[in-house]
Amino acid sequence: MQIYLPIADLPVNIFLVLGMGLAVGFISGMFGIGGGFLMTPLLIFIGVSPAVAVASVASHIAASSCSGAISYWRRNAIDLALALMLLAGGILGTAVGIWLFAVLRALDQLDLTIGLSYVVLLGVVGVLMITESVRAIIREQQGKPTTPRRGGAHTWVHGLPLKMRFKRSKIYVSAIPVWGIGFLIGFIGAILGIGGGFILVPMLIYFLRVPTATVLGTSMVLTLITMASATVMHAATNHLVDAVLALILMVGGVIGAQFGARAGQNMRGERLRLLLGLLVFAVGLRFAFQLVVQPDDLYSVRLIGGG
Amino acid sequence: MTRLLAALAAVLPALVAAAPAAAEQLVISISRHQVMVNSSFDGTSIVLFGTVEPDSPGGRRQSVSYDLVTTITGPRQTLVTRRKERVLGIWANVAGRTFVNVPTYLAVLANRPFNTIANPETLRRNQVGMDYILLPQQIGPDVADVVRDDPFRVNFIRLKNEHRLYLQEPNGVTFLTPTVFRAGIVLPAISPVGNYDVDVKLFGNGALLTRATSAFEIVKVGFEQFVATAARDHGLLYGLAAAMMAVFTGWFASVVFRRD
Repeated sequence: MQIYLPIADLPVNIFLVLGMGLAVGFISGMFGIGGGFLMTPLLIFIGVSPAVAVASVASHIAASSCSGAISYWRRNAIDLALALMLLAGGILGTAVGIWLFAVLRALDQLDLTIGLSYVVLLGVVGVLMITESVRAIIREQQGKPTTPRRGGAHTWVHGLPLKMRFKRSKIYVSAIPVWGIGFLIGFIGAILGIGGGFILVPMLIYFLRVPTATVLGTSMVLTLITMASATVMHAATNHLVDAVLALILMVGGVIGAQFGARAGQNMRGERLRLLLGLLVFAVGLRFAFQLVVQPDDLYSVRLIGGG
Repeated sequence: MTRLLAALAAVLPALVAAAPAAAEQLVISISRHQVMVNSSFDGTSIVLFGTVEPDSPGGRRQSVSYDLVTTITGPRQTLVTRRKERVLGIWANVAGRTFVNVPTYLAVLANRPFNTIANPETLRRNQVGMDYILLPQQIGPDVADVVRDDPFRVNFIRLKNEHRLYLQEPNGVTFLTPTVFRAGIVLPAISPVGNYDVDVKLFGNGALLTRATSAFEIVKVGFEQFVATAARDHGLLYGLAAAMMAVFTGWFASVVFRRD
């Protein structure tokens, strides 16, 4: 069944888009991430222009993270103070990212920068997650405790000034790395059109020692706020949010996320992280492949400005 | 109809000067002047009908065989064509060419191959066929068209053709009788909304005899139009609505799938 998308200006198969929403939603529910790094390339692949894809995916991620955030809220597993501090850095990061986006577009090298950034970012994060989770699995099989004691493990991050206490997460850290992480996520989100949950969650765990109990809920609140405001910003400035496309993606996404969350609960944390690491790494490889292998068509036609 | 008459009125004096011996009149009609894009729009086609009317009741000149070229031009856009090359092992866009205000949709239909209708000079002067239609490009400080085998021009047309937006069909016009003709205009689903000009040129013995013009438009209607207009004219409200929709969908899902 074909449906015509009013902003993307092309007809798509409604079941194909719904299926994409379900599949990405399943993955996002399973790992507690937004899934923008999967959805944006998929939409571009079926013919949606990159600008419309980035803008519409923002509202899709807002919906799935809202659904997730509500269920974590009910379980009292959200550190609102931490989310707001991250947001403060995130807003600045988004502004810098949007500025750089415009500069790169003027230099005609935006596509290459996005491609390279995806390769480097997904490659590095993927490899880190794979090695970390494999180590954890090996430790577990050797009969050692799966999670090394973290309470007393202080790194250089804990020596920074401006310390703050986050009661819900039971951590006492400097505000500087919190702002820094927020800035980075906002920056990456603006450039690459991804929520950044898959980077945020490991960073919160490894750098700030946020306990697993609150990390996913907090990440989802941050994603909800940034992606909802990104939707409004994209709509107000570029008029590129396709509400019909977004609605189909959302419906598929929230349903998929519910099943994904159930599947995720039946798996051990290390295995889950290994799977996510492999997935992230695979998407990174896909982008690397695209950059290195000779494309089928050396020529491309793009509209100037906008789509 | 007034539009048609106006076009004829504009063309006729020039025609009298150019071909004083005899003047044909073209009468054309298209099956639809408005194409509605709704949620089930999946491309469409428009039929062009026309007759060649001899100037005097005496009938058409027996010595002349008529040829017809129809050019359909969609709304104009500025596009950039880029070429990738390998730089340090990576395929990157290294060169580009801006096509200034070129048609988003372009179809050239004729009743037989263009080179048999008229000589290249006549085709070039009348912009007949993909090779001779002006595609202005930004070259340094100037805007001009280039030679027709320029790689950027060739690949631009090829890419547009792959999306069925640039078409050239030497057998797209059918003469039903020696003076009555018919042409089918195929519009793919991704045809942009806007005004489309239809230009029909009549050739006889290798010379342009007369021309006629018409037009149609592609518009969004109903829900599609509502969404597109809202997004364009009320961006902020539209964005807030989209964000609310996201929050509501998320909330609704968490209520429906609530397990505790």
